[in-house]
Amino acid sequence: MHRVFNDLGLAVLVVVAMAVAPSIYSNQLLLFNFVMFLSLAQGLNVIYGFTGYLPFGYVGFFGAGAYGFALAVMHLGFGPPGAMAVGAAAAVVLALILTPLFRLSGAYFAIANLAAAQAVYEVVANPALEDVTKGPYGVSLSGVFAPNASYAAAVAILAFTLLLVVWLRNSQFGLSLRAIKEDPISAAMAGVSVVRGRTIAWLLSALIAGLVGGSFAWEVSVFYPETAFSPQFSIFAVVFALFGGTATLTGPLLGVFILYGVYNWIGISVPQYFQLIYGTLIVALVLFLPNGLVSLLTRRGIRVP
Amino acid sequence: MLIGALLSGLVFGLYFTLVGLGLNLVFGVMRIVNLAHGDFLMLGAFAAYWMFALFGLHPLYAALAVLVVFVVLGLPIYYLIVPRLQMARDAEMLSIILFFGLSQMIEAVTSIAFGTTERSIPGRVLGTGPVTILGQRLPSAWVFGAAVSAIAVACVYLYLYRTRLGSLTRAVMVSRDEALATGIDVHRVSALAFGIGIALAGIAGVFAPFMLGSVTPALGPEINVAAFAVIVVGTLGNPLGTVLGGIIYGVGLMLMQTYFSSWANILPNLLLIAVLLFRPEGLLGRATRRA
Repeated sequence: MHRVFNDLGLAVLVVVAMAVAPSIYSNQLLLFNFVMFLSLAQGLNVIYGFTGYLPFGYVGFFGAGAYGFALAVMHLGFGPPGAMAVGAAAAVVLALILTPLFRLSGAYFAIANLAAAQAVYEVVANPALEDVTKGPYGVSLSGVFAPNASYAAAVAILAFTLLLVVWLRNSQFGLSLRAIKEDPISAAMAGVSVVRGRTIAWLLSALIAGLVGGSFAWEVSVFYPETAFSPQFSIFAVVFALFGGTATLTGPLLGVFILYGVYNWIGISVPQYFQLIYGTLIVALVLFLPNGLVSLLTRRGIRVP
Repeated sequence: MLIGALLSGLVFGLYFTLVGLGLNLVFGVMRIVNLAHGDFLMLGAFAAYWMFALFGLHPLYAALAVLVVFVVLGLPIYYLIVPRLQMARDAEMLSIILFFGLSQMIEAVTSIAFGTTERSIPGRVLGTGPVTILGQRLPSAWVFGAAVSAIAVACVYLYLYRTRLGSLTRAVMVSRDEALATGIDVHRVSALAFGIGIALAGIAGVFAPFMLGSVTPALGPEINVAAFAVIVVGTLGNPLGTVLGGIIYGVGLMLMQTYFSSWANILPNLLLIAVLLFRPEGLLGRATRRA
């Protein structure tokens, strides 16, 4: 029980901090981006950290969420909560369509997932679908623009995501996922349902990205397919999660606070230098610290939430 | 129109074979995914551009220079990264992330050094006037690029099947452990294969300004998707399959551009997913990689 309280304590601390942050710091859009990446990095953690499948096209679910939100507002006249639900559903449906990719192992899965995200982008951005998606010309949802409410929604999504990770770390289901990751054949022999476990983690991970995408669409209200499907989202989520350490609660949080902090410090003005720094960081990380920052503690036997 | 699309598809197919071949060689020998492949191609394109802009050097000489420099460059990169990477538990997956980082470094350094403007070389450098084949007129730069690609592919074939080092390379491809046990210097063979792999990307890059239009430092990622589609269709780890994959890709691309031009960009992605799902071992492979 002690462990659960440690995990929960950290989750509550982060959520409360991000909830009160706008009253201390005035750049709400920047704070929103932090909340968004905290959720995305943890969402990626759910599938990569707990099952070992790397979704290199994770942005596909994010974009599906953003466009699901936009289409529901534009064509169905939904309010933001209903539109969020549509966005989340779009992401989950996309994930369901892509479940056959789990037949592929390792690198093949990552590459196929990347190609799938690209394919969805090509469909959404296609000028032939201008009547439905507005094609490459982008969508404008100024009618529902409400930055305070969308920020609150993003914090709520973060809370849901962190609780989910806490549950995965402390439940029998999470344990069975890690057994599958270590050795799927032995896990199956021991009576763990491999396919069911992976599929649930996959759908949960997509659900998080879809919700975050919906809140992103609501927050920025004007965006283009290149923005909503920017590979940058997948890349940042992977790098942040990896930098801190996957399969933990602390790791991806650390990754976002440190790296996204550095990005906002130097990356906006000189993006090439930031690109060089994080490229170097990734290479160094994989070679020397493949289990992330938290492994500096965990390999000494210290348990990190 | 159909014959025109098929012919230009064949021409581009040969070129895309060259684009994918190096990636496939590296994967076949080392079982790692070089996600910086497209960036080495971009570096080749920039080398060709500068050699032409500064010294008026013909791309053919640029290709030879790139071949030598990239093979030599590949050896230290291999020894710095790959042996350490292969000690990891899940080297294949980690290699994607690592080489993605390398790709970012290359793109960033190139942007810092040369800026992000589009660079191109006039097509007339490779011959003026269209070439007429079967009553179809093709730009001579395309035919030139395809011919060089075909020669490069033939050289790789001769290296793999007619030289001693090539036999050793194929032995490592079949089984790294058994190659080690029979006393093959796996690292030497692999390092050379890595150098050749990125040199092939570099040579493809030299002709990229003619085949793909102007180039920027951000060219890498889209090349990677195309290269993956080519080698996955033609069986990963099988260099000869790449020819088949390249031609299917080239012909498919040209047919799409002729008949459904607005959907042509989606082709590499769909081809990749479809082959991975329905025939993950590629068109020429045996069923060995079902997970």
